[in-house]
Amino acid sequence: MKFTSKLAFAASALALSVSAAWADSGEISVGMALEPPHLDPTSAAAGAIDQVLYANVFQGLTRFASDGSIIPGLAESWTISDDGLTYVFQLRHGVKFHDGTDFDASHVVFSLDRARAEDSTNAQKALFADIASVKTGDHYSVIVTLSKPNGSLLFNLAWGDAVIVSPESIDTIKEKPIGTGPFRFVEWVKGDRIELERTPDYSWGDQVALDKVTFRFISDPTAAFAAVMSEDVDVFPVFPAPENLAQFDADPRFQVLVGSTEGETILSTNNKLPPLDDVRVRKAIAHAIDRKAIIDGAMFGFGTPIGTHFAPHNPAYLDLTGNSAYDPEMSKSLLAEAGLADGFTTTLKLPPPSYARRGGEIIAAQLREVGINVEISNLEWAQWLEQVFRGKDFGLTIVSHTEPMDIGIYARPDYYFQYDNPEFQALITELNAEAKADKRTELLHKAQTMISEDYVNGYLFQLAATGVANAKLQGLWVNAPTQATDLTGVSWAE
Amino acid sequence: MLRYSLKRFLSLLISLLVASIVIFVVIEIVPGDPATYMLGINAQEDTIAALREELGLNASKLERYWNWLSGMMVGDFGTSYTYRSPVNELIGDRIWVSLPLALIALTLSTAIAFPIGIIAASRRGSVTDMSVMGATQLGVAIPNFWFAMILVLIFAINLRWFASGGFPGWDEGVFAGLKALTLPAIALALPQASILARVMRTSLLDTLSEDFVRTARAKGLSKAKALRRHALRNALIPVLTIIGLQFSFMLAGAIIIENVFYLPGLGRLIFQSISQRDLIVVESVVMLLVFAVVLVNFFVDLTYALVDPRLRGRQ
Repeated sequence: MKFTSKLAFAASALALSVSAAWADSGEISVGMALEPPHLDPTSAAAGAIDQVLYANVFQGLTRFASDGSIIPGLAESWTISDDGLTYVFQLRHGVKFHDGTDFDASHVVFSLDRARAEDSTNAQKALFADIASVKTGDHYSVIVTLSKPNGSLLFNLAWGDAVIVSPESIDTIKEKPIGTGPFRFVEWVKGDRIELERTPDYSWGDQVALDKVTFRFISDPTAAFAAVMSEDVDVFPVFPAPENLAQFDADPRFQVLVGSTEGETILSTNNKLPPLDDVRVRKAIAHAIDRKAIIDGAMFGFGTPIGTHFAPHNPAYLDLTGNSAYDPEMSKSLLAEAGLADGFTTTLKLPPPSYARRGGEIIAAQLREVGINVEISNLEWAQWLEQVFRGKDFGLTIVSHTEPMDIGIYARPDYYFQYDNPEFQALITELNAEAKADKRTELLHKAQTMISEDYVNGYLFQLAATGVANAKLQGLWVNAPTQATDLTGVSWAE
Repeated sequence: MLRYSLKRFLSLLISLLVASIVIFVVIEIVPGDPATYMLGINAQEDTIAALREELGLNASKLERYWNWLSGMMVGDFGTSYTYRSPVNELIGDRIWVSLPLALIALTLSTAIAFPIGIIAASRRGSVTDMSVMGATQLGVAIPNFWFAMILVLIFAINLRWFASGGFPGWDEGVFAGLKALTLPAIALALPQASILARVMRTSLLDTLSEDFVRTARAKGLSKAKALRRHALRNALIPVLTIIGLQFSFMLAGAIIIENVFYLPGLGRLIFQSISQRDLIVVESVVMLLVFAVVLVNFFVDLTYALVDPRLRGRQ
């Protein structure tokens, strides 16, 4: 099985020729609500790190394209053995790190071994769990051997947590990241901005149009609005206040970018806490929720209703919203069936994002209609992680699971919503080992249906990617298949 | 005087020690683990354990308190959990935004408040007094973040005279730095100026009715001269106290203004550190602010003694 990257190259070359006529100013200023805590994408979960560095400064063996597909990165091509256990990656030649070191197979071995090491602090260590060994073939090839087949390996290697780093840069990577990407790191003024510039002798990938990129950190939604309006920032890829988007849309100076993300926003339910351990009660909750009202009220209309834990833009998606259609009468009779005709009381613990805080108020009101009384408490992220996520001390909570293709979390019985179904666990094991696309789709359909019919969580909506940009900017990602601001194809129109 | 100073100094040390204990205890009992926060929801237990070890979070609380305290004594605040760089550096970078901002705002607020307060007091009951005091009433009532947004709307979005926020850094030149701090300083200064002007007016009116002012007038001084030579100086004491309080407020309390103008100052550093559970940064910045306030009080105490001989004699 051999994959050549010609097609992907053709596509990106096309994108480049459209943007070839960029304006004289090759500078861009990007607004972001959160500042990265440090600049090592391989040792923190903070999406803000990838949002600055992914594809711009750091590259992995494979990478995400804007439609979510996996295309070659530092690996030019690869072959997979028939038993699915051995992957041989052919690396790109002539690649240099920003400090001038030549990139070769040893860097890949170092990076992957570091990520899966005993004392690794990689936030997504599970991505590498099935790798048994990583060895150099020759100077430009790497042999990855798995302990069991894993159909998601190429996908896993595209994550920001799997980018290739150089051993010499590790000690200072958190302050001064050195990668192989088309932009290199210049300066970080903490609390204010990060500056990147075009890598001078970049010759191993598509040429970029921008000379200089400045990421500015603006956490306050009002300040973000002012920064865009005064054109102090050219693009705000994840704009923090959806209520302002209509105003930008009406202004010819700006374009509003609405796409899809990997964020399944769910009413997470503690499957071990009575009465929520009763599937009839969870089903009653699912039918008591009016998704459209939540999307309109909490998200200003941005978002797609979901009926299971899967992204609607994925080709393997199955529309199961019918399983939890809005039907308060049915909810009431289900509750009565479960012996809770008078309703019950539980907690709803909300993390800071507005989808949770605003959505929580609406859900509380809807649940009250069928006799379920929820006590809302607002938590900070650190508290949420401690109480809800690790402590499992909650009845309901609302959270957006932004990791791509994360249906596998339902196979972890100790995961915070505590869904323990051996049948589902077997299904995921089978899926992980399966490499054939059509068989995988079939298994994914089964998995989606199973959690939908078990009403593990209340499935609310897929978080929309809502950004705003200067009308003259082209080549920006509209969808967000991973948290990234890929500027490699971005340019100014005449 | 020496004995008095020593006593004040001892009380300064005790205050700092007590403050360090209170800060450490309060911040350590806040729920939330920095390592869990940083690694997010897909992290494995062994990864979290590895990071906790790396950050030194597995040491006992007493040990951590001692490390922090002994480090501070030699000017080392430790290493930030999230940024992984020395807290000294973080504070060092930020203070060059917060300190100038507080100083400019303070200068501005004093420059506005003094003349207004004096004019209002000397023309008590006149139309000028009423309208100026009405305006300061409004100034006190308007929240500074709202005022900041209005400034941005007018001067950044409509007129485009200033950027809507951010700080280019002093490397870009003094002018660029001052320009970036202008709107925030005005937003910070005006409400404070209103308070100060009102205090100035009241204090001046109080002194104007004192016997010594009447004596000065009887001696043949004009109203204006009596005010300038005798009343003003005596009226300054409560005003200076307020200015001292306002300075610490502007240094530490500019969190909201720094957010509206996205300035990389101390306020935003604390704000970010609290939400990320970067405990050591929060502890150190709060400690630093306490130190600044205690130090200012120490000098104020000394100045009192210099000004008022009665304090020196008291045992």
